Amino acid sequence: MTLEEYTDRFTGMLNFDERKGYEGYIVHSERLVEFARTIRDELGYDYLSSVTGVDYLPDEQIEVVYHAYRSQGGPGLVFKVQVPRINPIVPSLVSIFPGADFQEREAWDLLGIRFEGHPNLRRILMWEGFHGHPLRKDWEEPYFEESEKPFNSRWPEGKAFRIEENKPFKKNVQYPPEFTPDGWIPEADTALYSGMVRLGAKDAGNGRSLETDQILVNLGPQHPSTHGVFRMVVSLDGEEIADLQPVLGYLHRNHEKIGERNTYLMNMPFTDRLDYLASMGNNFGYALAVEKLMGITPPERAEYIRVMMAELTRIVSHLFSIGTLLNDLGAFFTPMLYALTERELILDIFEAVSGSRMMCNYFRFGGVARDLPEGILEKVYELVTERLPRKVDELDTYLTDNEIVRTRSIGIGVLPREQAIEYSAAGPVLRASGVGYDVRRAESYSIYDRFDFDVAIRHNGDVYDRYLVRLEEIRQSLRILQQVVRDIPDGEFQTGKPQYQVRVPPGESYGRVENPKGELGFYIVSNGKPNPWRYHIRSPSFINLTAFGEMCKGHKIADVVAILGSIDIVLGEVDR
Amino acid sequence: MYGIGLIKGLGVTLKHFIETYLDDIRWLGRRYYRDESLAERQGPHARGIFTVQYPEEKLPVPEEFRCIPFLVYEVGEDGERLYRCTSCGICSKVCPPQCIWIVRSNDPETGRPIPSPTEFFIDIDICMNCGLCAEYCPFDAIKMDHDYELASYDRLADHIYNKERLSKPVTYYESIRPMNFAFEEAARAEKEAAKEARRKAK
Repeated sequence: MTLEEYTDRFTGMLNFDERKGYEGYIVHSERLVEFARTIRDELGYDYLSSVTGVDYLPDEQIEVVYHAYRSQGGPGLVFKVQVPRINPIVPSLVSIFPGADFQEREAWDLLGIRFEGHPNLRRILMWEGFHGHPLRKDWEEPYFEESEKPFNSRWPEGKAFRIEENKPFKKNVQYPPEFTPDGWIPEADTALYSGMVRLGAKDAGNGRSLETDQILVNLGPQHPSTHGVFRMVVSLDGEEIADLQPVLGYLHRNHEKIGERNTYLMNMPFTDRLDYLASMGNNFGYALAVEKLMGITPPERAEYIRVMMAELTRIVSHLFSIGTLLNDLGAFFTPMLYALTERELILDIFEAVSGSRMMCNYFRFGGVARDLPEGILEKVYELVTERLPRKVDELDTYLTDNEIVRTRSIGIGVLPREQAIEYSAAGPVLRASGVGYDVRRAESYSIYDRFDFDVAIRHNGDVYDRYLVRLEEIRQSLRILQQVVRDIPDGEFQTGKPQYQVRVPPGESYGRVENPKGELGFYIVSNGKPNPWRYHIRSPSFINLTAFGEMCKGHKIADVVAILGSIDIVLGEVDR
Repeated sequence: MYGIGLIKGLGVTLKHFIETYLDDIRWLGRRYYRDESLAERQGPHARGIFTVQYPEEKLPVPEEFRCIPFLVYEVGEDGERLYRCTSCGICSKVCPPQCIWIVRSNDPETGRPIPSPTEFFIDIDICMNCGLCAEYCPFDAIKMDHDYELASYDRLADHIYNKERLSKPVTYYESIRPMNFAFEEAARAEKEAAKEARRKAK
C-alpha cells in the first residue's frame, strides 16, 4: 500500500510539497495526529527520526518538519506542518512517537512553537526565564555584530577589537522585561521537583522489612559520571529510583544559530565540536547533506578515504565509551587507559592526515581536504590487521567475563525492543535492544554497500548488551577497514576546484550517517544565498536521553551512573 | 567457577605491568629521552607504559599539524621583508570565527589600494586552528604553524597577534613543511615557465 491511496482519506488536508528542491507532504495541523497514527500503524513508519522547525520569516510562516523511517530500513517519509509565525500552535506527537518529547521541547525552546498536548512543554536548553526564542530569524543576542558572516568590519579596514570592549560586563546580558537578577527565585526547579513521581503516603512503609523515605537528589551538574555538565534530578524511594528527569543545556551555545550565520564551508570545523570524540563522523554527515543539495558526488578515492576515517572514528569513540563505562562501574582508569592507548595510535593517524587529533575538519564538499600523506596507508594496515584486533581481544578477555562487570550490568537499564523504537533511540542503544537498524545498511550512503560487514545486534537491551554491541562494532569496523585498505584506488581526492564559497541551490536536504553514538542527521534548508537558512542537527546523544528516565526506573541509584555510561552521551552534542 | 573472569582480567593487568619492566630491560636504560625509543614507544609496536615525559620528551608533530596561522615573507636583496600577502581578504572572509582583521594599504599619492597589508591581526583566543585560511589562500601567504607552546602571562596584551608577531620567513616555512613547500614551489615554477613560454610566443 502506498501513501497516495491515503491522500483520499485526507482530502484537502494532505498535499505534496511542491516547492522546488523540497520533498514530502504538507499536512494540515488539524489532522496531524491522525496522519502520524496512520503512517505508523498502517504504513510501518514507526521510527520518528527527527522533529524540527524552520522559521520562514519572509513568508511569515513557521514550518515543523518530521522525518519518519521504517525500523526495517528503507527510505524515509518527510511531512511538514505549516502554521503562522505569530503564536504558532501544532499538535504534539508525543502520544504517538514518545521520541518526539525532547525534540518538541527543543523546538518550543528555540523557535517558540507551542506543541499542544505535550505533557511537559518546558524549555530544555535555555533557562526558564530566557527572553525570546533564539532560533527565530529576528532574534539578536547581546554580542550581535551582523546577521551573516563574513563580517564587514574585518576587511578592508580591519579594526581589531575585543568583543568585551564593545560590550562590557553587565551590558553583555539581556533579561526579559520586569526581571531583576537579584530578586530571582528559580521557580523552574520548584516546578520540576513538584512534577516528579512521588510515592503516596500509603506507599510508605508498605510492609517491607525496611521503612524507606522519599528523597530528591540532584546528581550533577558537577558529577564525574556525567562526563561533562549535566544534571539528573532523581526521585528516590530509599535507594530505588521512582523517577528521573535529565536537565540539560549547561553547555548550550546555540550551535544552530552560529551555523545559520556561517557560510556553508565555515560550518565544517564547527561540526567537529558537536560529538568531539567522533569529529570525522560529524564532518561526514554534514558533507553528505550539503552534497545532496549541490548534487555532487566525491571521486572514488575520496569515498574510500571518508569511509576509512569514519570507521577509525567509530573505533576511537567506542574504545572511549567502553573505557568510561568501566570507569563509571568503578574500575577506576585501568581499563580506560588500556583503551586510550589504542585510541592514541589512531589519533596519530588523524593528526598526520588532517592536522589535528580531535578537531579534524578534514571533509570538504565533493571530497576531502587533502590526500593521504605518504606512509599512512601502511600504518593503518598495520594497525587494523595486527595490533587492533589483538588489543580488542585482550579487552574482551579482560572485561567480558569479569564477574563484577556482569553483576553490575546484566539486567540493568533494560530498554525493551518496542520502547527503543518508540523513543527513537539510535545506535548501539537501539541495536542492543534487538533492532538491527544501522543507517549504513538501512539506507546505505557513500560506498558502504560495497563492504562486507555485519550489523552488531543483541537482544536483552541492558547495559551489558550495549557494551557487547560496541565491542562487536569495533570488530566489524576493523573488517571494513581491512577491505578499505585492500581496495583503495588511486586518483583524485576532490571533485572540481576547491572553493571557499560554494554555490548551493535552494531546497532542503536531510543527510544522515551512522555515527558511533547513533544516527546523526543534518537538516539543511538553503535559499540560494551563501549562508544556510536553516541548519539543524539531529544529535543521537540528545535523543537517546529521552528514554533515559524510563531505563532507570526501578533500579538502584548506583546504577544510574552505569546506565548513563552505557548510553554514551557527549555533552558537546547533547547541548549543542 | 565463580571468579574465573576476575582472575583472567587480573592476568591481563599483570601482563601490562610486567611488560613495562620487560621493555625497560629491552632498552637497557635507554627507553626514555631519546627520539628513536620515543618513536618506537608511540608506534604500533608499543609495549609497556605509553606515556611521554613532557617537557623533556616531546612528540614530533606531523607535517600537516596546524596551530595558529603565520604570515610568510621572503627576504629581499637588501634584507627587507617581502610579504606574499596581497591583502585580498580571502582568509578573513573564510575564517569561521572571524578572527582575522586586515588593513589594506593605499598608495599615499594616488589613494589606490596597493597589494600589501598595512596591518594584519589575528585574535588567537578566538582562532579555532581550523586551517581554512591557509588552505584557501591563493598566494601561499598564510600558513599554519607548528608551535603549540603558546602560554603567556597577559591575556589582554599578548593575545591579539599583529603583523610583526605573525611574520615568519619562508625558510622557516620550508623547515616545518618541506613536502608542501616543495610541492608549491614546483607548481609556481611550472606557472612561471608557462608564462615565460607565452611571452616568447608573442
